[in-house]
Amino acid sequence: MIMINKLKQLVIYIFLSVWLLITGYPLVFLVQNSFKIRMEFFRNPVWSLPEKFTWQNYIEVMKSGFYIYFINSIIVCFISVAIIIIVSALASYAISRIDFKFNKIVYILFLAGMMIPIHSTLIPIYKITLSMGLYDKLSALIGPYVAFSLPISVFILTGFINDIPYELEEAAIIDGASRFRIFRDIILPLVKPAIATVAIYNLTLLWNQFAYALVLTSSPSKRILTLGLFEFQGQHGINIPLTLTALFLSVLPLILLYVFLQEHIIKGMTAGALKG
Amino acid sequence: MNKKELMNNKYFIAALFLLPAVIFSLVYLIIPIPLSTYYSFFKWDGIGAMEFLGLDNWSKLLSDPIFWSSMANNFKLVLISLVVQIPIALFLAVLLTRKIKGASFFKTIFFVPMLLSSIAVAFLWRYMYDPTFGLINSFLNLVGLEQLTRSWLGNSDIAFYSASAPIQWRFIPLYMIIFMAAISNIPKQLYEAAEIDGANNWQSFFYVTLPMLRSTVVNASVLIIVGSLKYFAMIFALTGGGPNHASELMATYLYTKSFTEMNMGYGSTISVALFLVALIVSVVFLNFSKKDVRN
Repeated sequence: MIMINKLKQLVIYIFLSVWLLITGYPLVFLVQNSFKIRMEFFRNPVWSLPEKFTWQNYIEVMKSGFYIYFINSIIVCFISVAIIIIVSALASYAISRIDFKFNKIVYILFLAGMMIPIHSTLIPIYKITLSMGLYDKLSALIGPYVAFSLPISVFILTGFINDIPYELEEAAIIDGASRFRIFRDIILPLVKPAIATVAIYNLTLLWNQFAYALVLTSSPSKRILTLGLFEFQGQHGINIPLTLTALFLSVLPLILLYVFLQEHIIKGMTAGALKG
Repeated sequence: MNKKELMNNKYFIAALFLLPAVIFSLVYLIIPIPLSTYYSFFKWDGIGAMEFLGLDNWSKLLSDPIFWSSMANNFKLVLISLVVQIPIALFLAVLLTRKIKGASFFKTIFFVPMLLSSIAVAFLWRYMYDPTFGLINSFLNLVGLEQLTRSWLGNSDIAFYSASAPIQWRFIPLYMIIFMAAISNIPKQLYEAAEIDGANNWQSFFYVTLPMLRSTVVNASVLIIVGSLKYFAMIFALTGGGPNHASELMATYLYTKSFTEMNMGYGSTISVALFLVALIVSVVFLNFSKKDVRN
């Protein structure tokens, strides 16, 4: 019996190791080749270790202006997420707590937004952005980002506010506090955990967003990270180790965040799917 | 009404709270759909004057073989993703929820592909597929399977399947986590009862785990179906829909028509078609899955 259990364990570990290889090796491939110089990459097999570790590729990528894309991504994502939190918390509060007869319909309409394929909206958004004079500005991305993230954010926050006992607000209402004060002083502090989930969910999703930037920005100084990587590959694709370096740098921020906040990130990234 | 009365009117207050969300949704989600429909009746390059065409774009769409093959590719992607992602994710979730040493280590690494942007995953795989220097062909040469090496993304017979593989690779961890959460919610008593009845591992999987996961599997399927119908980024970065439209999806085709060829009238027609296909399939499947869960 113990033998059989040991055997079962072994089989499980074999399967897990196979998947570990499938998941992990491409990442190892990425890192190890980013330390090779171009000629060495052509000379030696791809799985060989670099003859000598060199930071040359990293220096070259950063010199090419790649760091601007990090700054742009950070600016756009953080501003968007801040707006998403405020806007979706306000809407969720109204849907959950103010009885205006159409609560259910408004809620369902917000959720229906999840069904809209964003690529179907690219041409009108391009046109709207042009006519607002925002084309090729970083701020052009904020509106679409906020709208794109609203359905799921309203969904998560409304669910959370629904679970808060109403008694907490009753006393404040009797004291004659306004709805805005109740929202700010009672509801917002209570929904902090849900806000954290919404923030992480949207931050990871928007950090990796691509289509809007592709359509709404054009000059190199306005590129966000995904678009910057796309353009970098277009220009330097032949220099494989250099492009792999840019690729590795582009995925590094989220991986670092994951090292420190693993459980929060996993929870945040799967929140939309788990409840939906 | 004076200011005080207004601030006590719950309809007014509700409207204030909802206003910002409604504005963002209207401008960037809702209005674009009727606007796309409007553009679909015109010939338009996005900048110059619009020339009314009536239903010409629509009749062109219906007889456009590339549009139909791109839609077929979307449905193939749905099928591949369902058949690949759900079983593998479920299998890994079952393994990782057993009491084994190192489970959290495996889980940590398995989740990493989800952190990478679609563009990063696409380029990573492009270099693995590279015919001369890629990992895959180098490996095949090393183990003496030279006859299997090929131009993975350049051969139109297999380009679509090669381009679909990284999509599976990236999204399996998402469903793995979802299934792990669902499995850990199954009451332990059910397994104990099954064990007392003499069920082995396979039996308790098929008679306890699987039935208890039914609604989670249905939800995951909805996400996969809707996601695959509107998929864009990775295929766009890997093949751009090529070679010769072999890996074209509706979204990549609409992008090429609209923003590369600057034919925004026809691009809008494809946009509306994509919207309708996604809408119809979601409504049908959601109805079906609701009934399924109720039974």
